[in-house]
Amino acid sequence: MERNIMMAGFGGQGVMTMGKLLAEATCDATDLKVSFFPSYGAAMRGGTANCFVVISDDEIGAPVCYNVEDLIVMNGPSLHAFLKNVKPGGNVFINSTIVTDPIDRDDVNVISAPVTQMALDMGNDRALNVIMLGVYVGYTDAVPEEVIIKGIEHKFENKQKLIPPNVEAFKKGLEIGRAQKK
Amino acid sequence: MAERVFMKGCEAIAEAGVRAGCRFFAGYPITPQNEIPEYFARRMPEVGGVFVQGESEVASVNMLYGAAAAGARAMSSSSSCGISLYSEGVSYCASARLPVVYVNVQRGGPGIGAIQPAQQDYLQATKASGNGGFQMIVLAPATVQECVDMVYEGFELAARDNNPVLILTDGVIGTMMEPVVLPPMKSDEELAQLKEKYGVTKRACIGHPLGQQAKCFPGSAGTGQELVNKEAEKLYATWDKDVRVEKFLVDDAEIIFAAYGISARISKAIVKQLRAEGIKAGMIRPITVNPFPYDAFRDLDFNQVKGILDVEMSIPAQMRWDIDFAVQGRCQINECRRSGGQLLTNDQVLEGARQLIKEVL
Amino acid sequence: MEKVYEKTLGVLQDVVSGFCPGCMHGTAHKLVGEVVQELGMLDKLVRVEGVGCCGLGQMYVSHDVIIAAHGRACAVATGVKRSSPDSLVYTYQGDGDLASIGLDETVSAANRGENFTVIFINNGIYGMTGGQMAPTTLIGMKATTAPFGRKVEEHGYPMHVCELLAQLKTPYFLVRTAVDTPQNVIKTRKYIKQAFQNQIDGKGFSLVEIVTSCPTNWGYSAKDALTFLREKMFEEFPLGVYRDKDKEEA
Repeated sequence: MERNIMMAGFGGQGVMTMGKLLAEATCDATDLKVSFFPSYGAAMRGGTANCFVVISDDEIGAPVCYNVEDLIVMNGPSLHAFLKNVKPGGNVFINSTIVTDPIDRDDVNVISAPVTQMALDMGNDRALNVIMLGVYVGYTDAVPEEVIIKGIEHKFENKQKLIPPNVEAFKKGLEIGRAQKK
Repeated sequence: MAERVFMKGCEAIAEAGVRAGCRFFAGYPITPQNEIPEYFARRMPEVGGVFVQGESEVASVNMLYGAAAAGARAMSSSSSCGISLYSEGVSYCASARLPVVYVNVQRGGPGIGAIQPAQQDYLQATKASGNGGFQMIVLAPATVQECVDMVYEGFELAARDNNPVLILTDGVIGTMMEPVVLPPMKSDEELAQLKEKYGVTKRACIGHPLGQQAKCFPGSAGTGQELVNKEAEKLYATWDKDVRVEKFLVDDAEIIFAAYGISARISKAIVKQLRAEGIKAGMIRPITVNPFPYDAFRDLDFNQVKGILDVEMSIPAQMRWDIDFAVQGRCQINECRRSGGQLLTNDQVLEGARQLIKEVL
Repeated sequence: MEKVYEKTLGVLQDVVSGFCPGCMHGTAHKLVGEVVQELGMLDKLVRVEGVGCCGLGQMYVSHDVIIAAHGRACAVATGVKRSSPDSLVYTYQGDGDLASIGLDETVSAANRGENFTVIFINNGIYGMTGGQMAPTTLIGMKATTAPFGRKVEEHGYPMHVCELLAQLKTPYFLVRTAVDTPQNVIKTRKYIKQAFQNQIDGKGFSLVEIVTSCPTNWGYSAKDALTFLREKMFEEFPLGVYRDKDKEEA
């Protein structure tokens, strides 16, 4: 069973960190095969940022895929650019604070969460990516939630005080993801 | 088993170099391999090694030549158009028979090329990485783990042969992150023993008592040069034992994918998919692209094999030359290619396979 | 009897020099050998050799030699000295090697303050390849690739290496000297010793430029070449100390 995930947004929204967190946590806490591949625009800041994560129980072929099970979009341009890359029956995760355009496909599952607003409400405007990762894991169960929590603890092991707010952000996302599960 | 860690290809390459005893690195910035020099810049002070950002690729590779001449385990990396500038220094290393390891994280070409991944330096890497007709063992990793293993082993091959070793990878593998298990750190004692074993202490140009002069000569005038060439030829003839190839489901295969590096891991996934559909597909993956595993292709049963799909991120195809040389027209060969920084995907390789199947099965 | 002279151990004994009559490479080699012998460092000495007539030195010196690619001696020496800091490392390069094809390597090594010694032989012409124009060829001087003489409009002015490097803050010792008279030989010997001593003391980049003659490719007799050297070359390339941080700091 192989799962291809594409994540896309503006530079600065933590898209790469989100992908890396999912992939690294999966590496550390499971026996699954996993890969992470970043793709940047030419500009260092403010450009497009997207990445690919593949999680599989068998050897991984291409780490880049334009026919994915899951797409996470953090901004409008990413939706328009990548919606076509989702397999029929696949999942599209939307940052609904920013992405307000209608989804013009009816063969995909759309999971919405206003993660930018939620992060602002939490007083932690950089946590939008961790919330979105929660939404993703809550909806798909791609990996057990403990895997990501361990990953957050590992990522912030030198900045202990950042662990609780990030775990909280992740759990908020989990709830939204679970609630939208069919 | 050692714990697996999640690492970027370039950083894993650098750490493997350090663990193999590399204590001198010189390089020049070029995308997509900047994480290699950056990693060494951080890491070398921790192990008492030297990192130099050269003023150019030309200077960097010549620093490598100097460090190797002085007996250091030396390594460098660059990408495609930068590797072109390595020709001079690598040719000198091959001529003076110095062991160095260098990495080409390929991007597009010719010329400056796209900064995105490609496999467009195959013929340069395997046939003529500089003037004078020298050869190197060229290893082509398909995973981050293989990058680690090949760099680690590359130092031993280089030391064994007193010859440069090239790791031929690409911007996908250099940039992607995967779990790896790192090899043990070679201790100072172990490295000192290896120096003795390979005769480095005596040969290294670091100063000697009178009468024991050490010389690092990249060939020499007249008949001396021919001697050097003949010695090198003798070395290359020993490499049959070093040929490495992965044969995946080849025994009963009717169509064969031929691919190395990143293209091979994609092809392998498609082979599995086709097998699940009942199609007898297999794959031959050269792991050493030089020496090339010609026999893996020569020895195929062409009554059974109906077609070969050469999968490369290069237009025009380059490894095709070696496959043709081995197959000699005994079956149809199709190509599935991208280049100039356009990535191959599973879907494109699958499409190429379907076309071949339609034509030959 | 008192011993007043002995052969230097820094150059090979009983080897007949193949340099042209009037060439000054032999003197330069001997001085390096003498000086390092005096410093007691011959067994640590590594020569990184440029391409051209400089590259003939390999046949005459008794210490470790690395042949560098054309122009790359300063890069190669960087690799040697950094990975073997206890070695006493010098490059031996001509004007084409150091100031044309290898200018980047020279300037960059000087600017990093690499702790080795450069012996730079400037005779204003490509010797081994047969008299082509060098970056230091004088205005009006004929070369096989400038058959009508060097012209400012076409070739620019001769390049002044010491002056150019003196624009950089890092280099420790830059001097231009000659070996055309006994007095100058003694002076040059002193400068070469200072340049090696700087390295031993870890002070950084030292360069000794020796302005020499090339009778063969200048098309003069050895004697006339000396006249040209003194009248024309020294005029364009004034002898003197261009940087000495020892003095600046004193």
